[in-house]
Amino acid sequence: MQVPAPFEYARATSVADAVALLTRHGPESRVVAGGHSLIPMMKLRLANPETLIDINDLSELGTIRLDGDHLAIGALVRHAELLGSAVAGEHFPILHDAERVIADPVVRNRGTVGGSLCQADPSEDLSAAFSAISALAVITGADGERTVPVREMHVGPYQTVVGDAELLTEIRVPIRPGGSSAYAKVERRVGDWAVAAAGAALWLDGGTVADAGIGLTAVGAAHFCAPEAEEFLRGKPASEESFVEAGRIAGESCHPVADQRGPVDYKRHLAGELTTRALRRAAARARGEQA
Amino acid sequence: MQITVTVNGTSYTRDVEPRLLLVHFLRDELRLTGTHWGCDTSNCGVCVVWLDGAPAKSCTVLAAMADGHEVRTVEGLGDAAGLDPIQQAFSDKHGLQCGFCTPGMMMTCRALLDRDPDPSEATIREAISGQICRCTGYENIVRSVKAAAAAGQEVKA
Repeated sequence: MQVPAPFEYARATSVADAVALLTRHGPESRVVAGGHSLIPMMKLRLANPETLIDINDLSELGTIRLDGDHLAIGALVRHAELLGSAVAGEHFPILHDAERVIADPVVRNRGTVGGSLCQADPSEDLSAAFSAISALAVITGADGERTVPVREMHVGPYQTVVGDAELLTEIRVPIRPGGSSAYAKVERRVGDWAVAAAGAALWLDGGTVADAGIGLTAVGAAHFCAPEAEEFLRGKPASEESFVEAGRIAGESCHPVADQRGPVDYKRHLAGELTTRALRRAAARARGEQA
Repeated sequence: MQITVTVNGTSYTRDVEPRLLLVHFLRDELRLTGTHWGCDTSNCGVCVVWLDGAPAKSCTVLAAMADGHEVRTVEGLGDAAGLDPIQQAFSDKHGLQCGFCTPGMMMTCRALLDRDPDPSEATIREAISGQICRCTGYENIVRSVKAAAAAGQEVKA
């Protein structure tokens, strides 16, 4: 039987209460939301928090809404809710592409957007998807809110800039006209981590790429993105040749490691090919074609 | 810590350790052993129950997290005197052999039919994609869900 080691449990009643509990219990306390990454790690003693602070009652963190020129996604939004959100899918189809292949439908009922980002697993999908669309993370502490680009949120495997007494409260995605997005993943079976996955966001000015965002996961890409490939695409024709070359650059710029999911050259190949596929699909969507 | 959980409409108050998992609370504290305990890693889905109306893998939920919430288990579907249509269909269509995955399968499929009374085969297979059956090859489970859907449509007509 796998059970976590003993810990204290506290249930937060508000964001301020969660921050106060984190402050009181110190660095050995952890926030739990869906728990579908943290509880398995606690069973394996890979995580041993002394106190769990349950934020599931903070319904104010559970909404998806348009806020001016941003899409605002609460940290406690469940994966199933993001997948079911018409407004999220309309503006950022990449989020629906990614959510369809995150874990399985039952796990998606519990796991949360904020939990995935804060767990910061190096094979996590939403980190790559939100990096591609240049999302911002709103982090709340005792002194109020601060905003950090998702691209600067991850400082290493399972490590983020969210402080010991801070809580990720919202993801804000800027909505810019003329663009679309897509996500492509290869997994060994349903619910497994990615062998590799790529997300792409494209903004077109006629037949030219005005701007591009590329996210990568499971392939050792720093901050889950591929800036060299993005830079290459800016100002180039939105063509098959450009997307293939951007894929090649993305594949070369990442640093996969060999494991039971595959050798380095295969993962590098996948990173490139999936980048190209995601760009192709994002471009078709931006042009209003079926994709 | 003391928790109060409503299970199949009945409120239970118990003293538990914070680390107690919901699956063990149901099986060991409440003796509701219809919910099975399998892989312990949220992969196999035999422990699926409803938490506030949505299927959840109870090996990856703390009993403490269910404090003040509603749980529905396979015991809450129906009984020998009055089977839920999904139970009747699993019986009629041989949706089980060993029966180990069956409680979780039925809880997920009941939720699916409540949401989508006439699901396609692809929708059914997607809904149970987080659950493992090593007997049926899933064919008879899919047939069972289709049969339950058809029975539900007849009731409505």
